[in-house]
Amino acid sequence: MTPARSPVSVEPAWVRAVLITAALGFLAVFLVLPLGAVLHAAFGKGIAAYLAAVSEPDTRAAIKLTLLAAGIAVPLNMLFGLAAAWAITRFHFPGKRVLITIIDLPFAVSPVIAGMLFILLFGAHGLLGPWLSGHGVKIVFAVPAIVIATAFVTIPFVARELIPALEARGPEQELAALTLGATPWQTFCRVTLPNLRWPLAYGAILCTARAVGEFGAVSVVSGHIRGETNTIPLHVEILYNDFQYQAAFAVATILIGIALATLIAKSLIEWHAGRGRRSH
Amino acid sequence: MSAAKAKRRRRALPGFGLSLGVTLAYLGLLVMIPLSTIVWRTLDLSFGQFWATVTSDRALASFGLSLVAALIAASINVVMGVIVAWVLVRYDFPGRRIVDGMVDLPFALPTAVAGIALAATWAPTGILGKHLAAVGISGAYSRLGVVIALVFIGLPFVVRTVQPVLEGLDPRLEEAAALLGATRVQTIRRVVLPALRPAIVTGFALAFARALGEYGSVVFMSGNMPMKTEIAPLLIMSKLEQFDYAGATALALVMLVISFTILIAINGLTWRSARRASEVRARPAASELAPAAVVAGGEP
Repeated sequence: MTPARSPVSVEPAWVRAVLITAALGFLAVFLVLPLGAVLHAAFGKGIAAYLAAVSEPDTRAAIKLTLLAAGIAVPLNMLFGLAAAWAITRFHFPGKRVLITIIDLPFAVSPVIAGMLFILLFGAHGLLGPWLSGHGVKIVFAVPAIVIATAFVTIPFVARELIPALEARGPEQELAALTLGATPWQTFCRVTLPNLRWPLAYGAILCTARAVGEFGAVSVVSGHIRGETNTIPLHVEILYNDFQYQAAFAVATILIGIALATLIAKSLIEWHAGRGRRSH
Repeated sequence: MSAAKAKRRRRALPGFGLSLGVTLAYLGLLVMIPLSTIVWRTLDLSFGQFWATVTSDRALASFGLSLVAALIAASINVVMGVIVAWVLVRYDFPGRRIVDGMVDLPFALPTAVAGIALAATWAPTGILGKHLAAVGISGAYSRLGVVIALVFIGLPFVVRTVQPVLEGLDPRLEEAAALLGATRVQTIRRVVLPALRPAIVTGFALAFARALGEYGSVVFMSGNMPMKTEIAPLLIMSKLEQFDYAGATALALVMLVISFTILIAINGLTWRSARRASEVRARPAASELAPAAVVAGGEP
């Protein structure tokens, strides 16, 4: 990683020490201390209080709803990512750059505005609201809107990993398979998909992390009904605003665990992809 | 790629209609139709009403706080991000790989957790906040709290855009500068920093754009006092809670115009610099980290 440098392009030892201290100090203050503060508060009243907080019925309902939302949004965005990457990297058509920018849009939209879009669309005073309530369909302040808002904010993750990965490969292997008589479906399942498994997994992990942790957009559309329309992050907020700090921090550790697992999985895939590249 | 080659590709590979159809249908239903409702809603307002909403004292105060706090936080992230990237690429120290992995934590950590974690640290009873409180500064529930939250969520952007460029920088350039008599400071100022400039600008813009729209972490850190510590997304939220949809839409439209301008500028910037320096490849899985750069890299 660190190539041997000639002495003329290396800083004196004291400069190095100052820079390393500054970088580590900055990261310690902004990353390590806040995490430590959460763990301290979560376990401050002992293991029993911690377990009580994370196994309480409302917490379990929140975990279930979060898993449901992520379980629908992530596969949808994986399918979308595959379709978008195939269309964008394998064919030429006008407006491709515009399309790529549109895929990125959900990252540029504030989460609160993202949630608001679906209130304007499906809410009681929204565009489709009267029609929906006439047919007895409840979307906003209910589970469907939570799923839709989660899908919206996580759209770019998978597509963004797959597009460069597919572009780097070129169409030669697929063309060879087709020439040898494979059907398009066989070509996709046996050539394209296996080649994309690491970027797909990588994108799916980032997508899941965001889907599980989304707060702003889901907060706008959820209606905050305990045990019904609360995801884990919303449950943390409710507990916190109720001054149940220990419980709030205990539930937050679930999300911290997911975040750390995400980082580890991400590093493993990066390491794996790096090794694959070198052996080729 | 030549037009003839492109045509041959189009004929040879299947699935154009299906893949583009799915892509457009999905984006249309989930992104374009919802976004267009903003325009439709804004048309409910006369221009006078729109203008009165977005220039009310409370709206202007929230826009001002959002812009200034995002600007300060992104600037702090530029300075510290370049230092962190430099240290991670150039120096070896125990635990470097773990530190490298930790940099992505703000991306992986849900913003609500970030918010309560920062509040626990910087509140007057917190481990850092009590030292600030001792000298009369409130770290949380103040404008400073907003900036701290925004520094946290924007932390990875500059590191992750600068890091790959620094890794790809040819060491011979610096050696040549040194052999030609440049001091180390001159070499860094005249050789290294210019090479990093596009990445720094992109990282700044990404951190700024993210900070502008941030909600989850800030609500726990700001105290949410109208005219003082209320950011623009929070004002939109409170208008929604009062069912003032027209007002919320007007504010959202202003925010969207600002964000889209930044997004288009970032895509333009990275596209240009990717063309100029196509030999400096981004790290294979730079992901969310250098979003526009990855997207630009995907362009044939």
